[in-house]
Amino acid sequence: MIAGLAVDVLLAAGSLGLALGVIRARRVFTAIALFIAHGLLLALAWVRLDALDVALTEAAIGAGLSGVLLLAARHRLARGGSERTTEAPGRVATIFIGLGCACITVALGYAVLALPKPAPGLAAEVAANLAATELGNPVTGVLMVFRGLDTLLEAAVLVLAVIGVWSLAPDATWRGTPGAPWPAVTDGPRALLARLLPPIGIVVAVHILWVGADAPGGKFQAAAILAAMGLLVWFAGLVRVPPTASWPLRATIAAGPALFMAIGLAGLAVEGAFLAYPEGLVKPTILIVEFVLAASVAAALALLVMGAPSRDAPP
Amino acid sequence: MSLLADAFTILAILAGIGFFAAGTAGLLRFPDTASRLHALTKADHLGLGLVVIGLLPQAGSLANTLRLLAVWALVLVASAAAGPMLATLTRRAEPET
Repeated sequence: MIAGLAVDVLLAAGSLGLALGVIRARRVFTAIALFIAHGLLLALAWVRLDALDVALTEAAIGAGLSGVLLLAARHRLARGGSERTTEAPGRVATIFIGLGCACITVALGYAVLALPKPAPGLAAEVAANLAATELGNPVTGVLMVFRGLDTLLEAAVLVLAVIGVWSLAPDATWRGTPGAPWPAVTDGPRALLARLLPPIGIVVAVHILWVGADAPGGKFQAAAILAAMGLLVWFAGLVRVPPTASWPLRATIAAGPALFMAIGLAGLAVEGAFLAYPEGLVKPTILIVEFVLAASVAAALALLVMGAPSRDAPP
Repeated sequence: MSLLADAFTILAILAGIGFFAAGTAGLLRFPDTASRLHALTKADHLGLGLVVIGLLPQAGSLANTLRLLAVWALVLVASAAAGPMLATLTRRAEPET
């Protein structure tokens, strides 16, 4: 009891301290490093709240992939000569920013403290109807069945994001290879990691994807791990990424949301409601969608990090 | 038997915490990047190793035992790879002092 409280206090103080560090950091790199550490601490906080699905996602996407994205963005900014140490805002601006942040903090704190106990929610209804989904993990049940539309839109947003990034390519490299090609390394730590980790990572990702039906896990966490493995091999210069004009590449990104939409429309035709799954085949249908979505999301996440086709040299 | 296992767990984890404390002290006190990296990787390798060994009697099942060992092995690989990478970068940034 006391030990649990001590851990909670440490976690809260640590994440507040790191958040302060992110704001106070004068160098972008320092701020990003602290942001990643903050994300990992947040993941631990979610574990303490028994929200293992959220913890996995926070660690994989919130800290890991966002961190890599931010580092890549910093590198591109620096190359364009637009990175400078942030100039402190004037005194009046500081006061107003502080006031604004304080108001939001107080409002959020009040909202949390004013929640009735037990907090209102649909958890009881989800638990009562979970059997209909043929799944054991209520989070997956919500994501794939009760709020399937949200998940479909989330997956579709990723496709749009990739299109958006690709659209930033200059005319000269339009339809070219995403990102700057990394020189191949044959020895040293980078080559070691690129050869050693992907087989393990792929097994872990498929495991997380597969147990997602009945235990914490699922496509987004698995896709983040798969994307990380792909990026590792890419950083070591061991793979050639197909150009953005490549149809197999485009099909991989679009397949997940397309399949999800097709199944949704089939539900409309057969069961009479969009995203209604066929009776008795709910779990197999969900698993198929999860596997194809995982592949699409993994490809999209990796391509987001690689960036638009360009001729610049890698860092 | 379970008392013995608990005692072993406590001793091993305390030893592991000792290595983490020493590693942290080294990170804060050592004069240059290379020795600071040395202190950090020592904490990762030995500190986490001792914590994992201490947790093994509590794992309960073979699958959990293997998971614990896999966590340790993955951290070993990651810090063994990250250490030299960081060292190379710093050597490039601050040539021979």
